Amino acid sequence: MAKVELKNVSKIYMGGHKAVDNVSFNIDDKEFVVLVGPSGCGKTTTLRMIAGLEELSDGEIFIDGKPVKNVPPKDRNIAMVFQNYALYPHMTVYENMAFGLKIRKFPKNEIKKMVEETAEILELEKLLNRKPKVLSGGQRQRVALGRAIVRKPKVFLFDEPLSNLDAKLRVQMRAEISKLHRKLGATMIYVTHDQREAMTMGDRIVVMKDGIIRQIDKPLRLYRFPKDQFVAGFIGSPAMNFIKGKMVFENGLPALRASGGFLYRFDERLKEKLSKYINENAALGIRPENIALNGSSEQSYKAEIELIEPLGAESLYYLNLFGDKLIAKAQPLNDDLKYETVGITFPKEKVHLFVNEKAVSLK
Amino acid sequence: MNNKIKTLGLNLLLLAIAIVTLAPFVWMVSASFMPNGEAFVFPPKFLPDTFSLTQYEKLFTRINIGRFFLNSFILSVSVTFISLFFNSMAGFVFAKYKFAGKDKLFKLLLSSMIIPAQVTMLPLFLMLKEMGFINTYLAIIIPGMANIFGIFLIKQYAESIPDSLIEAAKIDGASDFQIYYKIFLPVIKPILVTLALFTFMGTWNDFIWPLIALSDQSMFTLPVALANLMGEHSQDPELMMAGSTLTILPIIIVFLVLQKQYIKGIMLGSVKE
Repeated sequence: MAKVELKNVSKIYMGGHKAVDNVSFNIDDKEFVVLVGPSGCGKTTTLRMIAGLEELSDGEIFIDGKPVKNVPPKDRNIAMVFQNYALYPHMTVYENMAFGLKIRKFPKNEIKKMVEETAEILELEKLLNRKPKVLSGGQRQRVALGRAIVRKPKVFLFDEPLSNLDAKLRVQMRAEISKLHRKLGATMIYVTHDQREAMTMGDRIVVMKDGIIRQIDKPLRLYRFPKDQFVAGFIGSPAMNFIKGKMVFENGLPALRASGGFLYRFDERLKEKLSKYINENAALGIRPENIALNGSSEQSYKAEIELIEPLGAESLYYLNLFGDKLIAKAQPLNDDLKYETVGITFPKEKVHLFVNEKAVSLK
Repeated sequence: MNNKIKTLGLNLLLLAIAIVTLAPFVWMVSASFMPNGEAFVFPPKFLPDTFSLTQYEKLFTRINIGRFFLNSFILSVSVTFISLFFNSMAGFVFAKYKFAGKDKLFKLLLSSMIIPAQVTMLPLFLMLKEMGFINTYLAIIIPGMANIFGIFLIKQYAESIPDSLIEAAKIDGASDFQIYYKIFLPVIKPILVTLALFTFMGTWNDFIWPLIALSDQSMFTLPVALANLMGEHSQDPELMMAGSTLTILPIIIVFLVLQKQYIKGIMLGSVKE
């Protein structure tokens, strides 16, 4: 299998639009890396450049240490799974999977063996003689996967392969791809806009926005230690709550004051660290699952419950705190609790601070 | 009640239009089986008194229609296949490749469609004469090898094919020509059939250009030969009708054979957009 390396890769389209801006990162052998970000962030363009479907405007890409800038897609030893499956409509499932092998002039009996082996892994044996049009969405996606793995390429590229499936099937296929990764021990690069897919599948996640990499990290580190406000808001569902305000001194302690009257005092021990940010724009971040309802501590706030969404094991509480809208995720409180005021607290160790959108460590 | 009257009225109208459209064809076929002199009697007859194959016999024995038939067939088939090849290739490139000046070039080609064919006939004739192709099959085949309408039709259809299909084949290792031949052509089959039908009918029925470009009688196509027939045998309407019936027969057969493909959408199920 193979390592993939991107060095200062940029893509500028005609008309000057910079889709990917000086992106560099490495993907280790057998690693599953997910590129995630909102639409237009450059993740698909980056993947397409790795595939060779898009020319680089600048920089270089290495696969297994070899520069591939001028290598056509077919000689990069990669396979790609597309969002719309891109199955050849006039060919049967067998022919779809065998196409790449036939083109590469594999002997007929070897092709048969390879296709049958792959079909077995993906449980497609019974569908080999069918045409794509009679298959369900999930089956089509499995055929697309089969077409990719049958050639045993060095690198697998996935371009939002699950976004056309319904929610249930998506969860199922997500697990299937993860299992496949373990089974094949292959290097995989996966593009998605769904942070949940990124969190559950990736060994590492590359978060992109406006063509720039905002952070590369393991899923849980990304969740716990986002480097900036964008990453903090993008990873996690429901998204992290932000209370925007200004850094001030309050009774000699650094604090964040929001326009609605909300005030959050930081510890004495952070005084030195945070004093340089006084008067800067800042945001206090707290994840919905970290807001304690009915908590009582010295810094407890009164928030109005505007809506409750019971999800079963948990409920979502839509809160109004001094005009700021927050969402809290917690065990369902007693059934009597309706739309009223609750005391909420933000556990110190769970609070994030962003000054001018950059994370400031509160350790 | 009101609706029933409306439906009835509509159906009667459609029936009337169908009769007006079909009657000449039916009469043509019917008259071709009449003996000499029966077609123009008064009151006119719609069906022959006695069913006679004399006119067809005459066509093959006296007029050598077999030769004209063969000419038309060779030319129509050649032009259809050759133009399908070039039109589909050009349409493929215009739809799926990026190159400098693509849009401008296509607009330029498209704008040539407003020039009437008659305008180009003289220069075309002079060019082909210079090349020594006049009075050969090539005089018909070369100008018909590619046409803007065909390229346009293929390009428009091909644009609805997702790029990912082409890209998947590229990654699978196919060369440009393999993609064209093994993926693109099968996928655009419905439009190819449509274009084949148009081209075949167009070439089969074409009159003016073969009349100009082919002067030797042995090179005549059916419509040209038929027009000649009118001059020589103007007193022979039954013979004319037999010639006309034979002329449209292949077109009808081609249409009947291809109509299923023509209607079928092959893309179903390939991709989900």
